[in-house]
Amino acid sequence: MIYETAQKTISDDALMKTIYFDNAATSWPKPEDTLVAMNLYSQSIGASPGRSGHRLSIEAGRVVFETRDALAQLFGIHDPLRIVFTKNATEALNIAISGLLKPGDHAITSSMEHNSVMRPLRSLEDKGLELSIIPCSGQGDLNPDDIVPHIQKNTRAVILTHASNVTGTILPVADVGKIAREHGLIFCVDAAQTAGAIPIDVDEMLIDLLAFTGHKSLFGPQGTGGLYIRNGLEKVIAPVMTGGTGSKSEFEEQPDFMPDKYESGTLNTIGLAGLGAGVRYILSQGIDAIRASEEVLTTAFLRGVQSMDGVILYGHRNASRRIAVVSFNIRDMSPSEVALALDERYHIMSRPGLHCAPSAHKTIGTFPAGTNRFSFGYFNTVDQVQSAIEAIHQLISGKGSYARNH
Amino acid sequence: MTEPEEYYVALFESISQVLRSEKILKNAGIPHKLIPVPRHISSDCGVCLRFTSNLKKQIEDILAGKVDVIEMRQL
Ligand SMILES: Cc1ncc(COP(=O)(O)O)c(C=O)c1O
Repeated sequence: MIYETAQKTISDDALMKTIYFDNAATSWPKPEDTLVAMNLYSQSIGASPGRSGHRLSIEAGRVVFETRDALAQLFGIHDPLRIVFTKNATEALNIAISGLLKPGDHAITSSMEHNSVMRPLRSLEDKGLELSIIPCSGQGDLNPDDIVPHIQKNTRAVILTHASNVTGTILPVADVGKIAREHGLIFCVDAAQTAGAIPIDVDEMLIDLLAFTGHKSLFGPQGTGGLYIRNGLEKVIAPVMTGGTGSKSEFEEQPDFMPDKYESGTLNTIGLAGLGAGVRYILSQGIDAIRASEEVLTTAFLRGVQSMDGVILYGHRNASRRIAVVSFNIRDMSPSEVALALDERYHIMSRPGLHCAPSAHKTIGTFPAGTNRFSFGYFNTVDQVQSAIEAIHQLISGKGSYARNH
Repeated sequence: MTEPEEYYVALFESISQVLRSEKILKNAGIPHKLIPVPRHISSDCGVCLRFTSNLKKQIEDILAGKVDVIEMRQL
């Protein structure tokens, strides 16, 4: 039924014209490799990893291991078993935050955080966590020196997004990592927007906990993600879920070793097969090439609209200081009107509103109306960006309604 | 004819650890085989790595600090 509906509403013709600028929500399309790997797993392996000793189960285990290995390579992690698989970044952040912090602890975060960081922290605050939220600039920047005065005796951790999903601003993770390490604080990074988009090295950046999602720039399917836990920290982080792991089955207590401590229940093996292929695709293209191509798209967009009367741009003007995420508003139009017009008249898929980050919008002065967000991906082209610039130009000059092409 | 080979198995706590060890040995070109845990040895994880006894020291060294081996047992 649903499939039929989808077929009816999105014809091949419309799909051809589609300009997908919502890669920060989830990347699309995926590399062919991702789809091939998922197909291959379901057609010729299919078994549950780590639960039985038969050939297919071992092969499924290898698929999962190869995904860990590829991610370890991408993030400079020496031991792939330090990576725990989750269903997304949100689950990873919940393990990191609620597994680590206790009533009476103090945690530091920024005002640019996504609700997947803010909400777990706010819930803990109700139970007695002390929280400091460091204000960022109107462009979404954090001054690392602002952290130090907030460090107290009971400060346990700093939790920081690597890049804002609203303004695209890249935050100074390595500098904050250094401060955290100097003060003996655990440093947790939300890499939902940056993993696969810009280089990450957990050792160089002194990251203790790295939460990532599989379905954005890592080119995996939805339902995949994970958490890197630095050696030893598994001793102080309680699992959010316990259950069957296929290991230590003679005991009714949860195993205490990685990654089993945090991986209860059958994994999303088909999803992880796709994620592994997505990450290997990134490794083969080279993260620098991906970053460079996304920077070209961002620069083209910023150049195209920055002098347009009626466009309000947020975040840095210089694409090197941001990921390929841009927020803007058009004077006298609400974000949802703009997004609807872009979709219906120009086949441009964007996201309007608050982007699950109310605090970030307060920081840049766009609360509660929000912004329009374009998020470019490796498979977008400069031509598509030019079409979008033209579409925005038409919307501003009131000509948008004549461009309806259906 | 050569002497019949003497084998050892390395036992691990989980399949993830077996597979990580397998990869390390593969990358180092050290011959080994992933086999079901022999019946007379009890191990929950189902599979283990088998290798000839002359490789024991080399394998111990290469896995040291990387993967926790429960034990190495002669077959
Ligand atoms: C900065 C940031 N953190 C966390 C998330 C959560 O990712 P997911 O929805 O895959 O859990 C997102 C995206 O939704 C994000 O943009």
